Amino acid sequence: MKHPAVRWGVCFVLLFLAVLALLAAAVAAGSAGLTLPQVCRALLAPGQNPLAEGIVRTIRLPRALSALLLGGCLAVSGYLLQTYFSNPIAGPFVLGISSGAKLAVAMAMIFVLGRGRSLSSLGMIGAAFAGALAATGFILLLSLRIRRMSQLIVGGVMVGYICSAITDFAVTFAEDSNIVNLHNWSLGSFSGTSWGSVRVMALVTLLGLAACGALAKPMNAYRLGESAAQSLGVNVRLFRTALILVSSLLSACVTAFAGPISFVGIAVPQLMRALFGTGQPLVLLPACFLGGSAACLGCDLIARTLFAPTELSVSSVTAVFGAPIVLWMMLRRSAAEG
Amino acid sequence: MEKRWFFTEKMCVGYGKKPILQNVDFSLSQGEILTIIGPNGAGKTTLLKSIARQIAPLGGRAVLSGQELASLSAPQAARRMAVLLTERSRPGLITCFEVAAAGRYPYTGRLGLLTAADRKKVHNALARVHAADLAERQFSQISDGQKQRVLLARALCQEPELLILDEPTSFLDIHHKLELLAILKQLVREQQLAVILTLHELDLAQKVSDKILCAAHGHIDRFGAPDEIFVPQYIEALYGVQRGSYNALFGSLELQPPDGPAQVFVIGGGGAGIPVYRALQRRGIAFAAGILAENDLDTPVAKALAHRVFTVPAFEPVAPQDAAAALPVLRSCRAVVCAQPAFGTLNRENRLLVQEAEALGLLQPLSEI
Repeated sequence: MKHPAVRWGVCFVLLFLAVLALLAAAVAAGSAGLTLPQVCRALLAPGQNPLAEGIVRTIRLPRALSALLLGGCLAVSGYLLQTYFSNPIAGPFVLGISSGAKLAVAMAMIFVLGRGRSLSSLGMIGAAFAGALAATGFILLLSLRIRRMSQLIVGGVMVGYICSAITDFAVTFAEDSNIVNLHNWSLGSFSGTSWGSVRVMALVTLLGLAACGALAKPMNAYRLGESAAQSLGVNVRLFRTALILVSSLLSACVTAFAGPISFVGIAVPQLMRALFGTGQPLVLLPACFLGGSAACLGCDLIARTLFAPTELSVSSVTAVFGAPIVLWMMLRRSAAEG
Repeated sequence: MEKRWFFTEKMCVGYGKKPILQNVDFSLSQGEILTIIGPNGAGKTTLLKSIARQIAPLGGRAVLSGQELASLSAPQAARRMAVLLTERSRPGLITCFEVAAAGRYPYTGRLGLLTAADRKKVHNALARVHAADLAERQFSQISDGQKQRVLLARALCQEPELLILDEPTSFLDIHHKLELLAILKQLVREQQLAVILTLHELDLAQKVSDKILCAAHGHIDRFGAPDEIFVPQYIEALYGVQRGSYNALFGSLELQPPDGPAQVFVIGGGGAGIPVYRALQRRGIAFAAGILAENDLDTPVAKALAHRVFTVPAFEPVAPQDAAAALPVLRSCRAVVCAQPAFGTLNRENRLLVQEAEALGLLQPLSEI
């Protein structure tokens, strides 16, 4: 058998190339189709083709970068939740955390826009983080009572429905001018990302990933179970709190900018485990980030181009690909357990 | 070095505010195995968890070579004691090497990367528990016995002075039970490890332990060497055994004798009677046994299972008056089984009993009863 490090190396290179290729495709493809040389010229040699430059620099590149960053955040957030619950069928969307964030952001937007002001990026993240934490807190309260993961997930799905219903309700009665915006956003979309938003996303991503790096070691010990981790010297309570906070921050960042995006958080970590054949956090954390980036870039590309000029919501596309993966994983698990 | 290397003082353990065990006092030296025994729910695991700092003690203290355990930081504690509790976790996608390597946690840096020296220690630990060949296997795909050994390797990777194990042999077959305990004994001898463990198998506890701590009814009932604990009647009292008995010498359990007056008289001796006693016990037939010397192999089992046992003092021959005492009982039985293939100087009188039974037409093979 080959050394696992070789496999990991190959997988990382492949993932990285996939992200690069999808990034290039995302910038090139669209109603105004551009060739790669055109894209390169627009980026590197300004002044030749103002129209192409405008499309690439102000519309497509920020959108593609936001898909890259937020996709990565989403997958990592899901991986952290799966670690927390020691169960691979967990993710920010199925546990209702994304919907909680969505509700909080919608409320904040309606409230602030109603006063004639606009909500800043940080304000959106703050609201999303609060909503995500509230939903997570509720799930954790449930998990004290409900030990079975399947029931907990049903609980999470219910929380998601309640939050979505309230959001829809609020959106229906919001001021007309806000509705279009809110409606698109509440379905999940990377469109209309500004460079300012990309900068904030990059900052949150960096913070989140740095925190994950610090958590990688206890995460590895925690794989053996709570009491084993404790006897190895992990402060389990502190570790679990940090895990939930970082996971909520990452999924809140995604929801604040792109709305709730389904199944990336749950399916990508699954795929990465299967691809890399390991459960080591130090390998899986960067793998999930790259995998999430590739998934969201790819899905956004499909959402944009499949029925152009009509744009699909990203969440619908991720669901089409993600849900079967989750189903397949569940079947495989139950087959393995006999 | 302090006289008592590890000791607890007035330790009180339990969940929440409700104490389960109070005033726990015991001590342990390096290179010793201490086994906690006692009925279910007596607080054995709670005591282990309290020593292992997984739950806070409600009172008292535990001291490890002069340092109070509660005063150690989590990483310090993890370097001095390793804990294996029964935990139902099924980690996926983790190799046995990775499981064992987790034991290096208290020694590795911020990212938990293993150095070459760490890897060597992990391989050594796996070799010491005879699991070197499992290193690359998936932990989820090996047997329970192998898992337990790999987890023990994880504990060894912590390079502890004190090892705490909760029912390490439960769910293992006898081969793996014995193998695990043999490895444990070897570690204790070679590295002067001290071990505190709980065991449900009293026979193994008796054989493997240097000290036994008996927990029952909210307190420590006894603490001492196995010879002081495994004495007649004590184990039955500790566990509240009513329907049956425990043979402290052999470490064997016996069911309670069948009800009613003796229907069958078994003439045994030298171990030949035991299979017959057991067969009758299984079929619920009350019996009398005789005539056995007090030091006969059959005697303890006969005493546990028979309605009545006729014995003579150790190393003494069966005298005619002993046979005379047994005869009325023999005559009152509906059958007599002779398990004895041969008679010698000491039990010559037993042959007379057989002849008497034959004359009465009572002598039957076991299969016809």
